[in-house]
Amino acid sequence: MGERERRGAPPYGGTFVSRAVVMDADQIRRAIKRMAHEILESNRGLDDVVIIGLQTGGIEPALHLVEALETIEGSRPPLGSVDVAFHRDDIGLRPVLPEAPTDINVDLHGCTVILVDDVLFTGRTVRAALDALNDFGRPRSVQLAVMVDRGHRELPIRADFVGKNLPTARSEAVRVTMSAVEIGSMQK
Amino acid sequence: MNHLLSIDDLTAADIREILRITPSFAEVAERRISKVPALRGQTVALLFYEDSTRTRLSFEVAAKRLSADTLNVSVSTSSVNKGESLRDTAETIEAMGIDAVVVRHRSSGVPMQLTKWVDAAVINAGDGWHQHPTQALLDCFTLEQQLGDLTGRNIVIVGDIRHSRVARSDVGAFTRLGAEVTLVAPPTLLPAAPDTWPVRIETNLDRALQRADAVCLLRMQRERQHEALVPDLREYATLYGLTAQRAAALGPDVPILHPGPMNRGVEIAADVPDLDQVLVVDQVRNGVAVRMAVLFLLLGSGAAGMPAPALVDDVETEDAR
Repeated sequence: MGERERRGAPPYGGTFVSRAVVMDADQIRRAIKRMAHEILESNRGLDDVVIIGLQTGGIEPALHLVEALETIEGSRPPLGSVDVAFHRDDIGLRPVLPEAPTDINVDLHGCTVILVDDVLFTGRTVRAALDALNDFGRPRSVQLAVMVDRGHRELPIRADFVGKNLPTARSEAVRVTMSAVEIGSMQK
Repeated sequence: MNHLLSIDDLTAADIREILRITPSFAEVAERRISKVPALRGQTVALLFYEDSTRTRLSFEVAAKRLSADTLNVSVSTSSVNKGESLRDTAETIEAMGIDAVVVRHRSSGVPMQLTKWVDAAVINAGDGWHQHPTQALLDCFTLEQQLGDLTGRNIVIVGDIRHSRVARSDVGAFTRLGAEVTLVAPPTLLPAAPDTWPVRIETNLDRALQRADAVCLLRMQRERQHEALVPDLREYATLYGLTAQRAAALGPDVPILHPGPMNRGVEIAADVPDLDQVLVVDQVRNGVAVRMAVLFLLLGSGAAGMPAPALVDDVETEDAR
């Protein structure tokens, strides 16, 4: 969710107005550390693990996750990023523009890919990301790590590693930075 | 705007936005599977009334990398040879259900005329002496890759300016991005009213090259010249061609562009194209990415069409609904 994620003008976009802070910087740091331990536990280390952040909101969490993994394990897994714009299912229904080029320098064939995003909502971005990954090889498995799971799934997709489960109303908005997770709404 | 007819229809911000997203499209070509589903189910017709290799193939590859279907209307084997009018041809292919027409024609204004006859998005791939906007966009992208921001850079365009839609498009694009443009040509190959162009005019190539940050060569368009505008091609090559000595004087850091096809020995000496600073191959590669960006903006990025919708900085509600 990129602080400078570009969105079309209203009715698609607007300004985020915060109502409450649900996680502060310390809580976010601890959540990332816990997720790193969970990733290491369920994959028995970092062999063939690749971390891929979703443009643009997943980039920073992915970087922090890689750093946490390095601190614990002493080695650094490859880090990439994927922009799902070309794989979205709403192209033509709303303005969709690529944010930054996809950057995956490793052959994903046989790897364990950990997709990282800030907020898991409808699941459509993750579906598009799964589609995009196919262009880079056939991973052995793909796992999903998100800072916030806010519910309201529209596809059969779930997260494997969650920073915080946050019940929300559909009309609400969630903003994730590395200093705070806030709940609020979009104002035109 | 739902068509791309002229570089003059785009603002500097529009051009910058196209150049900003172009690397994302270039990345698609580097994937193991270099095809994305963005324009699935859309059809792009390629209507070329003039000879073309790279532009037609470039648009075709661009459309296919985005999963659009392409219809190639090869004029030499179509009903155009039986005397079918442009309008009838356009309405016929539109009736087959197309979303965009890429058109090249020897007459200026044909793409604009087509917009009145068909509902599909029209992309000008070159009309007469008038415009070739995607060439200008790919030239900007190629130069920015080498030079960074073009503001204040001096770009020398040399050759057959008068008959060149590439020159007209490049001047519009470069000056919008803040570059200074110098045109170099013999007086007979300058446009009719060069003083109305936002450029400096020079007839001595060596003087112009002294302060060049980049050089764009133009093809000598003998097929468009119906009178004796140049007394002799060898004399032209001596006075206005990029010889090996001139290339050496430029130094290795000054990029040299040519829209192709090159007349080796005329506007460019036979061995100059092999220098590293000659970016003809980069131009071809970038051309595909820029055309993908244009097709995506016209056909894929939503109801707002082209240029990109008014952009606001905000935060995401995960998937905007």
